[in-house]
Amino acid sequence: MGLDNAWWWKMAADDKLGIQRCLGCLTLRHPPRPMCGDCHSLEWDAVEASGKGSICSYTVLRHPQFPGYEYPLVIVLVDLEEGTRVTSQLVGCEPEDVDFGLQVEMLIQRDPDGFKLPVFKLAGSA
Amino acid sequence: MPISLKDEAAIAGIGLTDFSKQSGVSELSLAAQCIKSACDDAGISPGEIDGLVTYTLDSSDEVEVARAVGASDLSFFSQINYGGGAAVGTIAQAAMAVATGQASNVVCYRAMNGRSGKRMGQGVSGDISSSDLIHWSWYTPYGMLIPGSWIAMVANKYMHRYGVTREDLGRVAISQRNHALRNPRAYGYGKPLTMEQYLNSKQIAEPLCLYDFCQETDGACAILVTSAERARDLKQKPAVIRAVTQASSRGQEQMTSYYRDELISLPEMELAAKRIYDMSGLGPDDIDAACLYDAFTSEIIMQLESFGFCGAGEGKYLVREGALDVDGRLPNNTHGGLISEGYIHGMNNIAEGVRLIRCDSTSQPEKAVEHVLVSSGVGVPTGAMILGRG
Ligand SMILES: [Zn+2]
Repeated sequence: MGLDNAWWWKMAADDKLGIQRCLGCLTLRHPPRPMCGDCHSLEWDAVEASGKGSICSYTVLRHPQFPGYEYPLVIVLVDLEEGTRVTSQLVGCEPEDVDFGLQVEMLIQRDPDGFKLPVFKLAGSA
Repeated sequence: MPISLKDEAAIAGIGLTDFSKQSGVSELSLAAQCIKSACDDAGISPGEIDGLVTYTLDSSDEVEVARAVGASDLSFFSQINYGGGAAVGTIAQAAMAVATGQASNVVCYRAMNGRSGKRMGQGVSGDISSSDLIHWSWYTPYGMLIPGSWIAMVANKYMHRYGVTREDLGRVAISQRNHALRNPRAYGYGKPLTMEQYLNSKQIAEPLCLYDFCQETDGACAILVTSAERARDLKQKPAVIRAVTQASSRGQEQMTSYYRDELISLPEMELAAKRIYDMSGLGPDDIDAACLYDAFTSEIIMQLESFGFCGAGEGKYLVREGALDVDGRLPNNTHGGLISEGYIHGMNNIAEGVRLIRCDSTSQPEKAVEHVLVSSGVGVPTGAMILGRG
């Protein structure tokens, strides 16, 4: 973690999906950066995302298999309804059921060490 | 002082080591061998080298290399970042140095035990401190650890949007493998690839399968850049640098530029294309052959669009009509490329561009090759150049 991103993981530890917001022009941005590329303000805060979005793109990772992950691993790029995009995992979904444009919802996954990771599931699925 | 790099510098020598999966020697040894070979090719002594350029990822520092090959005084040395995106960037540095008198004989090199040593496919790791490592921290916790996983996200979106099929990617892999069948240096030499083999191969990162990936190779490649004027007096026919540029565009990330509006084009390659066509006064119709960067097959189809050989979404048609084959509109990676010759991070694609200009490829097209387009890494800050006859 560094000074520019630790806050996002702290929000995740509180079960929240954070989005950085420029206080100069109120533009949302992700991944976080120390300065706004539009108005150059260094001032920002964070808003909590609704966690709702749709699948912009995805890939199914099958090989090589690294320890600590369950394969096949469905990775998604999610267009959040707030307008920013986030890279994450799609859980509880068979690889053949993932598709472009499907609605998804964020949930927090906790690994054995207690580290919390915002991931997604298909909207309405268990 | 020249205000453009057009026709200022030329590639006068290329040098390569053997390619293998286990070189048994150090990367510094590979670097020294390929540089000596490039000097021999041009007919100059390594003592005449006064400039060296490599990749930030290369383990052989300039002064170590200089001592190893017996170079004397160096007046120019630099390193370019972003993996395979550095390939043409090293040539841009060398051409600028030559054109401005910073150095006379600049060698660009990349030496790697890419299979037996540090493998690119083993992913990123390390303590999170630099801005680059924080960048990777958005992906690694989710299991996106290898280049194929980063590229697959873009390839999938592009293929979905334009109806590009796995067979289209297979056609790229097979075209390059067919070139490699004639190149004794190539991994793919003597190993034909059929569409059936391609379609039945192991899925790695959907939609990409085993044969969509480049090789992992031990080997090295050096490119000697000098002034176009001097190159004409040396041993080989010069490959004159008609235009060369680096390119990175708004919102660029290293491999994961996922937050720009569309994921169905390569904005940095479009920038490179505009700049090299403007600089050279040439256009897509003037390009006779290409060595497009090919860490993954999908990148070839997208670049056909970036460099204006067809419109958006039409790259698949060029591939289907055999444009990339030796008798096609744009013979591409006639040595086999990174996919079927070996993966020397794009430097070996530059060497093939030079061979095409010299009429010296093992898959030399029958038509006259006046201009060759060479590009660097896809999905990263990159570059491109046009080589022409001297
Ligand atoms: Zn702002």
